[in-house]
Amino acid sequence: MKISEVAEILNAVVLTGGDKLDYDIESACGSDMMSDVLAYVKDQGVLLTGLMNVQVIRTLLMMDMNCVVFVRGKIPAEGIVEFAEENGVVVLQTKLPMFEACGRLYAAGLGHACEEMAVADEQ
Amino acid sequence: MNSEALHYHFDVDGASFANAGRASVETKKLLRQIGVSPDVIRRISVAMYEGEINMVIHAHGGDADVYITEDTILITLKDVGPGIRNVEDAMKEGFSTAPENIRALGFGAGMGLPNMKRYSDDMHIDTKVGVGTSIELWYHLK
Repeated sequence: MKISEVAEILNAVVLTGGDKLDYDIESACGSDMMSDVLAYVKDQGVLLTGLMNVQVIRTLLMMDMNCVVFVRGKIPAEGIVEFAEENGVVVLQTKLPMFEACGRLYAAGLGHACEEMAVADEQ
Repeated sequence: MNSEALHYHFDVDGASFANAGRASVETKKLLRQIGVSPDVIRRISVAMYEGEINMVIHAHGGDADVYITEDTILITLKDVGPGIRNVEDAMKEGFSTAPENIRALGFGAGMGLPNMKRYSDDMHIDTKVGVGTSIELWYHLK
């Protein structure tokens, strides 16, 4: 799925990275905990999050992900979008809540980027 | 590490959460320039990033050093913070002593040290309560 399709499905506004909307992504992950993203995400994809700080962008860079969707209509502070722009990360913003945003993308055929959570089973 | 190792040093600024991760982003760029394989780069980036976040959350920052030879990469993270009281507990996924305000920032889920172990070939922790913590992350390229 192209990033432009993600934006369309989520009625999202493109805050930066408008020149990269034809990039393909195959998977997505929704989380507000960056440590969980760092632990479980295995493929490149898009991150949906309600967290609004610059560490979201650094987490994406560490994981070689190239698109973030800020959910629930929150507007990221200016420094965040600029930092994303400097590093070639596409930033989308949707008014949808996390659950519906993830649901729409999943229903449209986007796969999941995370390993199944095995933590509970191990304990 | 022998004298032929490439060495990069980074000061990890403990005063600013917004700056946490700068050393890891820089290291990632360096490793890319050197031509290290993408898989190894990602493992190093994630482990070092978690370490950097830990240093800022718990230890007021510290020193991050990267040593690169032909067949090994070593990352050392040193702080003079409070030390880790119980390393065995700290290695458990989900165990965290981070305050609530750190969780609100997306960290403190108790995945820091487990992630560092997961994303390194060898990890050594040297810690003493009231003195500080020193962590080595080893990567064997061959």
